[in-house]
Amino acid sequence: MTTAQENLSRTTGDSPWKVFWHSLIHMPWTWRIMFGYLAFMLFLPTAAMLTRSLSIGPAEFWRIATTPLALSTYDVTFTTSLIAALIDGLFGVLIAWVLVRYTFPLKKLIDASIDLPFALPTAVAGLTLATVYSENGWIGSLLAPFGIKVAFTRLGVGIAMMFISLPFVVRTVQPVLMQMERETEEAAWSLGASSWQTFWRVLLPPLFPAILTGIALGFSRAVGEFGSTVIISSNTPFKDLIAPILIFQRLEQYDYAGATVIGMVLLIISLLMLLVINFIQAWGKRYD
Amino acid sequence: MTDNLIGASLQTPELPPHDKPVTQANWIPVVLIAIALLFLALILYIPAINVFYQAFHNGFGPFLHNLAEPNFQHAARMTVALAAIAVPLNTIFGLCAAWALANKRFRGRTLLLSIIDLPFAISPVVAGLMIMLLYGRQGWFGEWLIENNIKIVFAFPAMMLATAFVSLPFVAREVIPVLEEEGVDQEEAAYTLGATPWQTFWRITVPNIRWGLLYGVLLTNARAMGEFGAVSVVSGNVAGQTQSLPLFVEEAYKNYDTEAAYSAAVLLALLAVVTLVLKEILERRTGGHLKKTH
Repeated sequence: MTTAQENLSRTTGDSPWKVFWHSLIHMPWTWRIMFGYLAFMLFLPTAAMLTRSLSIGPAEFWRIATTPLALSTYDVTFTTSLIAALIDGLFGVLIAWVLVRYTFPLKKLIDASIDLPFALPTAVAGLTLATVYSENGWIGSLLAPFGIKVAFTRLGVGIAMMFISLPFVVRTVQPVLMQMERETEEAAWSLGASSWQTFWRVLLPPLFPAILTGIALGFSRAVGEFGSTVIISSNTPFKDLIAPILIFQRLEQYDYAGATVIGMVLLIISLLMLLVINFIQAWGKRYD
Repeated sequence: MTDNLIGASLQTPELPPHDKPVTQANWIPVVLIAIALLFLALILYIPAINVFYQAFHNGFGPFLHNLAEPNFQHAARMTVALAAIAVPLNTIFGLCAAWALANKRFRGRTLLLSIIDLPFAISPVVAGLMIMLLYGRQGWFGEWLIENNIKIVFAFPAMMLATAFVSLPFVAREVIPVLEEEGVDQEEAAYTLGATPWQTFWRITVPNIRWGLLYGVLLTNARAMGEFGAVSVVSGNVAGQTQSLPLFVEEAYKNYDTEAAYSAAVLLALLAVVTLVLKEILERRTGGHLKKTH
């Protein structure tokens, strides 16, 4: 073992392998606990899911992943999440702007309350949104005369997703706005730019990576959401049934293969979103 | 367009006076604030107020009555027990990970940090599914567990694993930046003066990171007590046996027992409010050094 390691380091110099071997052998106990816990909590479950999905076989995997019901749940999940994240993007920027630039009563309280969706258990969010937006609820009853039904429809799912994703946009945009210097805007102003021009040409470009990151974070949170959406949705197939709930139903029917395939699709999308977010952040840093 | 911009400035006779900072028309801030507050009211505030209204609009009687229900009490104890195990586990892990990764530069460090963050990216339902595929009847350890009569899924152990999974990253990601900011000078000084690693840890590191650590523990606890998706997949959701408070809320609602649902919901909402207040206090105390997100 030692000789092999020595040979390796001699032939390859200061290669990553040498570093790897070195750290593996001289690993302090903090590292052991960290890797042990990660292996038990994260790697083992992930490996179980990967092997399970590999055992299904590509043809069968593809068949299960593309059944009409599965496709409709992707449509409901991803389209609704995207729209919810975009609306949050718009209002999140506005909220961040208002909180950073203006003073008004109860501002600190309102600022702190933005984190409510992080702290409030999603089941509670789903419960109260379903009540408030139901036909005889406080808000739902105002919309009912116009024929707008929110609770137990796709619109309700969208509202729940907007609720849980909102802090991501606000909290990503807010610090960037705080760092931006007012002088730039004032320069644009004194050069005679209209507020609209100042906004589009001076304010928006440096904010853009943060806004995109916030929207992407909110989107991936909304895609995986289960607690609030399962309560506010009627869970009708082809109507407002979302992918996480389909996984849950497949498991209830002991259809492990079906659950695993849909789960893998969601997992792959989440990992892709992570890459996208990292890419946006790296791209944003270039303009710092 | 640039030409227009310059042109416009040349044509504008009244440039903003120098002593007064450039101000927009007065109605713009008012309108923007109004729109922001209206949106927040529709999405956050009215639903939040509704939780308290629904729980107490018939007075405290029904609320106290529901609190005495055995299934409710069992669910509340379950939630406390889940957090009581998951929070210390993730705290120990988070401290070790922070200690191992902060102030170090090596290949794969960024990857490792992203791996620790993974549970935030994975849908809770998928997390529950993974645990089922590992310990469930058809899972890797399924047969062995059945032969040895060990019950993990549809029982407390799997619920605990699910809870720990979804709240895993908080402590690590709050403590790492604090440690990075503190640097290693004080620790190195302590070593040079002959302190053992243990002494250094308790006397130097812990006091330095205490607010970040508390912040991480606070967020871990909120997530652990409120988790629904992952726990509901692995628990089997049997009232009085494998039901935590969030699961109780959902089941009561689906059974049209709205009153019971809101009695449990208001407790969870209070937990959220307490969490937010403590979070705010910690953020003030550290002068905004703690991250605002998550």
